[in-house]
Amino acid sequence: MNQDVLLALSYIVASVLFIMSLRGLSSQETARRGNLYGMIGMALAIVATFLDGRVDAYFMLIPAVAAGALVGIWLAIRVAMTAMPELVAMLHSFVGAAAVLVGMASYLGHSEGPHDVVHLIEVYIDIFIGAITFTGSIIAFLKLRGSLSGRPLLLPGRHLLNLALVLGSIGLAIPFVGGEGATGLVPMLIMTGLAGLLGIHMVMAIGGADMPVVVSLLNSYSGWTAAAAGFMLGNDLLIVTGALVGSSGAILSVIMCRAMNRSIWNVVFSGFGAQAGVAKPTSDGDGPTEIFEIDVDGTVAELMQAKQVIIVPGYGMAVARAQHAVRELTNLLREHGARVRFGIHPVAGRLPGHMNVLLAEANIPYDIVLEMDEINDDFAETDVVLVIGANDIVNPAAKTDESSTIYGMPVLEVWDAKRVVMMKRGRSAGYAGIDNPLFYLENTRMLFGDAKATVDSLVTELRQQAQAEAA
Amino acid sequence: MKVGIPKEIVADERRVAGTPATTKKLVGMGFEVMIEAGAGAAAGYADAMYVAAGATLAPDARTIYGDCDVVVKVEAPTADEVPLMRRGMILISFIYPKRTAALMEQLATQGVTTLAMDMVPRITRAQKLDALSSMANIAGYRAIVEAANEFGSFFPSQFTAAGKVDPAKVLVIGAGVAGLASIAAARGLGAVVRAFDTRAAVKEEVNSLGAEFLEVELEESGEGKGGYAKVMSKEFIEAEMALFRRQAPQLDIVVTTALVPGTKAPILWDREMVELMKPGSVIVDLAAAQGGNCALTKAGEVVVHNGVKIIGYTDLASRMAKTASQLYGTNCVHLLDDMGKAAEFKVDLEDVVVRTSMVTHDGAVTYPPPAIPEPTPRALPPAPPSKGKVVAAPKGPSPLRWVMPTIGLGLVVLWLVLTLQASTMRSDVQAREFVQHLTVFILAVFVGWQLVWNVTAALHTPLMSVTNAISGIIIVGGILEGGHSGDVNAPVILGVVAALIATINIAGGFLVTQRMLKMFRRDPEVGR
Repeated sequence: MNQDVLLALSYIVASVLFIMSLRGLSSQETARRGNLYGMIGMALAIVATFLDGRVDAYFMLIPAVAAGALVGIWLAIRVAMTAMPELVAMLHSFVGAAAVLVGMASYLGHSEGPHDVVHLIEVYIDIFIGAITFTGSIIAFLKLRGSLSGRPLLLPGRHLLNLALVLGSIGLAIPFVGGEGATGLVPMLIMTGLAGLLGIHMVMAIGGADMPVVVSLLNSYSGWTAAAAGFMLGNDLLIVTGALVGSSGAILSVIMCRAMNRSIWNVVFSGFGAQAGVAKPTSDGDGPTEIFEIDVDGTVAELMQAKQVIIVPGYGMAVARAQHAVRELTNLLREHGARVRFGIHPVAGRLPGHMNVLLAEANIPYDIVLEMDEINDDFAETDVVLVIGANDIVNPAAKTDESSTIYGMPVLEVWDAKRVVMMKRGRSAGYAGIDNPLFYLENTRMLFGDAKATVDSLVTELRQQAQAEAA
Repeated sequence: MKVGIPKEIVADERRVAGTPATTKKLVGMGFEVMIEAGAGAAAGYADAMYVAAGATLAPDARTIYGDCDVVVKVEAPTADEVPLMRRGMILISFIYPKRTAALMEQLATQGVTTLAMDMVPRITRAQKLDALSSMANIAGYRAIVEAANEFGSFFPSQFTAAGKVDPAKVLVIGAGVAGLASIAAARGLGAVVRAFDTRAAVKEEVNSLGAEFLEVELEESGEGKGGYAKVMSKEFIEAEMALFRRQAPQLDIVVTTALVPGTKAPILWDREMVELMKPGSVIVDLAAAQGGNCALTKAGEVVVHNGVKIIGYTDLASRMAKTASQLYGTNCVHLLDDMGKAAEFKVDLEDVVVRTSMVTHDGAVTYPPPAIPEPTPRALPPAPPSKGKVVAAPKGPSPLRWVMPTIGLGLVVLWLVLTLQASTMRSDVQAREFVQHLTVFILAVFVGWQLVWNVTAALHTPLMSVTNAISGIIIVGGILEGGHSGDVNAPVILGVVAALIATINIAGGFLVTQRMLKMFRRDPEVGR
């Protein structure tokens, strides 16, 4: 059989394996098999490409691939589950960087002889998207790590700046495509710089609470980059894979936006977190403004009586790394006869599905971890809801107060429960920077303190009480 | 607004659509209530009690149907009752529209607006109107009472001076509302209870009632539209039958409650299984009215076969007429409350509950109603019912429903233009290749779009890391560009570096996904 045919066949099989890999993720039972399919598909694609007749520089490629693999393995083993958002953002930037490099290589490699316009445009687009993905992801990474402030950076005339960067990039395409030999190199490099700036500027302008959307969006870009590289190289496998990843990221962005009742445009261009810190009560004085505090003993007393408990974790739990303590609390409560479940809001945390991963890491079985829509009707029959480091996702103003900035966003309706215990570090407003009427409700009790420390003392106290009761 | 409650005239029907308590509520909501003399007698409610609650008495049904704006009733009206009804009247009653086409035609011709209580959709908001569940709950409980009555032994195990008596072993097939009520009642009497249902999701509820959940060893979910079970595959049914045959010799009581809406009840307990049971055992078939789940059931009768009694009563709820009337009446009160009470009473066709339960209106039969969206495990806000649009994103969100088709359409148009151009410029190999790639791209975007909506929200982080890993496929580009050993120039070096970076992605992405997925585990206690 002809070698080209063999290569094409391997690529088809690899594409199918990637599709099956994503399909596997539809449920927890099949997910690991799905990941395995992905690995097999990738191995097949790499080996097939290595055996391509045009490739013979193994002495350079094999060390490069080995080094990359070692770094990847090291990253994957070392990363803490709370740091998943950072890792994901970093990996996105790598795809962007690789796409830029491949694009440049493809341009330089074909710079002799007459240029083919279609190919040049493909190179140009590939580098453009790649550079945005690269720098945007790096900024996202730094913001998620806390090296950069989560506050949005809002330059005056930022829309004009974005527009200028895009138009500049488009304008530079003319000398690039028109250039003879390698003369297009300079406009290409300038455009790479402009696109890089665009990526930096776009992500800088986005507030901390919107990070799940940005990470999903960059996920999508990294896919489109790979697809663009596929067009450039005339390689269907890259096109298919890129399209799969691109639509996956797009869907995640949509899900995240819907969970915040906002449009993509609004997230990317409005700098929502801008109001952060301007926390002002949305209802001016006409509601009760007194909060009821509770201490650890009081909370334990409530929990000892409870038959139905729902725990609502938020980013605060991730920051305090309290998930293992929460697991212990869950076990104690279950041993004591309570039914404990978790309610997860789609945008809780800094990454889609972040809370689920943290709870899974703490060994909490996934069948008691429910999504917002699965659990929202059950709050009315719940004795105690523990809200751990979450705020906006349980804000009743989203339902009732039309003047609120988060009005219309779907939220966990915890206030229907007989008792809500809000665990909070301090009295500040959430990321959205708006007051939460939940704090002032008659059935809400505030438990102030670091999430990890508080849950730990709840566990200690609860264990003592349960033992005393059993004795 | 005048609400009328006629006497039920179907044989053996003891229920009535309103009680003194519900009458009081209706009066409180501003309705005038008129009740036919003697309507509540069979359920244990005397006329004087209704009058005390604020109702007026009507001497006969003709007065009720002639005078009232709304008539509430339990059983579907007979062909003799319909001609008494006033044009423009609203009838609230069980109708069973799947088998009463002629009746609905007659009601429509009569100009009656009919709301079928048995068509109230199973959505959260309408739970308080769900009369089928109210009645199923009673029937499920009563099934155990009837079984206990026919069964010649104790339910709980007993240790007496005269020896030990084993507890009754009960199997409940179908853990819907009725099944769960049966389980609770049988447990309450002290029996050992097992339950079977095709929907694995109900296992937790079954266990919480203290019953054992039997399972077949096959993966298939029976969750269908509106929380009912769906029809299962042949393999599943065979495995189920084998399970029942193994169970049959041990069982004392079998309660079958399996009904897929609108179809004849499936035969789940065949003659062979009946014959495998011990003499003196009892089967209660709650599906008797729809043909029965047991092959030997006769509707309305008790059949004895080989000493096994098969109860096929179809009036189990009516046998507890007092409470059944109270619950049904309350369901009707909630419906009238939802429709705006007396002051703002209105038949709102925009209201999904009203529209779904309405079977006749304005002289026409309006059954079947437009479909309500199916339950989706990762249901986001329920999308409004759409009439089978194009490739609309499955389970897709409402605002997005048009975005994807629009983008898709745009791409298709682009593709067509380019194809035409390519065919006119036959020499242009590049353009043709480009179109080929574009075709692949469009298809892959659609596949990805369909695929990723199915990913469960809990796995969104692993989804991101696995897509991270597979977007490392850009390594292929790196290898192709940097793989020539000719002379080591800029493109080769760029390619090799790209390959290096992409490998970080591949190794890191897959490994971290594996790490995460390993952590997801089931609850060992649920299996207990």
